[in-house]
Amino acid sequence: MAPVLTVKDLSVRFALHESEVTAVNNLNFTLEAGETMAVVGESGSGKSQAFLALMGLMAKNGTVTGQALLGDVDLLALSKTELNQYRGRDVAMIFQDPMTSLNPALRLKQQLAEVLVLHKGQDQKQAEASAIAMLERVGIPEPAKRANAYPHQLSGGMRQRVMIAMALLCQPKILIADEPTTALDVTVQAQMLDLFKTLTDDFGTSLVLITHDLGVVAGVADRMMVMYGGRAVEKGSVDDLFYDPRHPYTLGLLHSTPHIAKRAERLDPIQGMPPSLEHLPQGCAFNPRCAFAFDRCMVERPALTAAGEGREKACFHEGPMRYGKVA
Amino acid sequence: MNQTPVNLLEIRNLKKTFSIGGEGLFSRPLTLTALEDINFTIRKDETLGIVGESGSGKSTLGRCILQLLSPDQGQVLWLGQDLTKLPAEEMRKRRQDLQIIFQDPLASLNPRMTVGEIIADPLRTLRPELSKEQRRERVLKTMAAVGLLPEMINRYPHEFSGGQAQRIGIARALVTEPKLIVCDEPVSALDVSIQAQILNLLAELKDAFGLTLIFISHNLSVVRHVSDRILVLYLGRIVELATGDEIYMDPKHPYTRALLTAVPIPDPRLARQRTIDGLKGEIPSPINPTSGCTFRTRCRFAQPQCAETRPVLETLDGGRLVACHRWREIEAAEPIGASA
Repeated sequence: MAPVLTVKDLSVRFALHESEVTAVNNLNFTLEAGETMAVVGESGSGKSQAFLALMGLMAKNGTVTGQALLGDVDLLALSKTELNQYRGRDVAMIFQDPMTSLNPALRLKQQLAEVLVLHKGQDQKQAEASAIAMLERVGIPEPAKRANAYPHQLSGGMRQRVMIAMALLCQPKILIADEPTTALDVTVQAQMLDLFKTLTDDFGTSLVLITHDLGVVAGVADRMMVMYGGRAVEKGSVDDLFYDPRHPYTLGLLHSTPHIAKRAERLDPIQGMPPSLEHLPQGCAFNPRCAFAFDRCMVERPALTAAGEGREKACFHEGPMRYGKVA
Repeated sequence: MNQTPVNLLEIRNLKKTFSIGGEGLFSRPLTLTALEDINFTIRKDETLGIVGESGSGKSTLGRCILQLLSPDQGQVLWLGQDLTKLPAEEMRKRRQDLQIIFQDPLASLNPRMTVGEIIADPLRTLRPELSKEQRRERVLKTMAAVGLLPEMINRYPHEFSGGQAQRIGIARALVTEPKLIVCDEPVSALDVSIQAQILNLLAELKDAFGLTLIFISHNLSVVRHVSDRILVLYLGRIVELATGDEIYMDPKHPYTRALLTAVPIPDPRLARQRTIDGLKGEIPSPINPTSGCTFRTRCRFAQPQCAETRPVLETLDGGRLVACHRWREIEAAEPIGASA
């Protein structure tokens, strides 16, 4: 089956006072129907910017190049009016902080119904009824009553459920979730991730999960893409990347993540800090922090190339990686 | 550690309420009970983790211990001396022993002061007898201990990344040579790789300076990683206190059990295998607390008795604490291992 979304050579640049930074550099990936792909990286890796660009939500000083094919429509070539037909209907996005994404002055049913009136041409009454049904679907108790509430009257977890309900109203092909559970308590996070799993199964929606939390990735994603300094450095199935990482950065992230079942004396963190996009190192952007870097890494940037069945990496190092205390 | 542990701090019957505005303009203010019936001890040289969801009172507890907030009632005994009764000037002298590190490193540093001034600030107020040179010497020594280069002393906070700003915050806490540091979500705002560096740094400093740490976090994996003992708070009350291993391998309270199954595990196969103990709903409002056990509204084991009487904090073998009427029955009905 053809992928739902094919992204080719996506680059995002921002003009600064006297210079320009490339936040996303030549990103290529596909998203299959019904799959969950995690996009993992630290601040400045470009993980959020890449998807904001797809949604036409970039800051004013940003420019985007490349293609994002939804079927045979290139989202990046559309005018704002044209894009509005697809946003919310075929591709929806939810964010970390639901409070800033909801209109504080509208009752829930008003803002939820708006989506359906706009995209599906339903009348207000019909739309409100569908909205209430969707609120129930995402686990909001007493949905008919809650639909009359304003956003501030709900807790954080409830607001995030409302955002998910809103995103799913038109049964989009793709749901992009940018750190959707980061602001939530762990018990609520578990409910939310469970909801994502049920919903992708029931609606066949493809989910893009942008996160820094490998624990969240392990629980819900099928595939993952690791980003560093604006580029993808490793791609593959979640199992391949967790149990047999081929890029030193992926390995480093895994070793930096505390595991509740293992009380290690010390973690084996990656040394140094994520690079500034204005001053990316020569060669491989990861080389100053990499335990396996050699001469070639300082001068030449490794391209993302096939590294076995269904996986890719951007690294010159071959063979096993011994890391810290853990072999 | 063969000698009997020294109790550095003893918290007795601590209660803290806040008064907040009512629904309408002229309605009576409401009382929010942030902490109630808090009883526990902190041993010298240990790291005590405090976990709980938002609204559980974990930060309030940290601040009450340091007397940054005055508890409504109860005692905070520091080596036997009640800090809540201490006159302001006496407490000021105590402060060099009791320090704090905050969550948001940049927000907790004065942007108009240099790194050197920020780190020296506690010395200026708490150790006024030190000369300028002595202060500078101490600042440089502390900077080296936390991994800051001496040439950074004249730079300003905005020139630093989050991880380095947190090192400055740690240096400021460390410079008075405290005995106890309250770390309030010290790594929550940091990237994963930086978070691990700071956790390792705290562990090194603890060993090097003989510190006792109170580590407050919502992240159970992080708390488990750093703590000797873990205190679990729910809606302002202690539900369980035990060693890290006991909490993880043999949790008694149904809340702790549910919390553990909800913690994300960075291991896909394990994550797919396990079943999450579906804790329904969210932490209720602390304004009108429920009768009986505060957890009963979300507890799948709750019975009428849980609504009638509040469970007492029971001391079990080995000194662990648990507050649940039914933990023995629950343990018999659903042994751990089946669910985790």
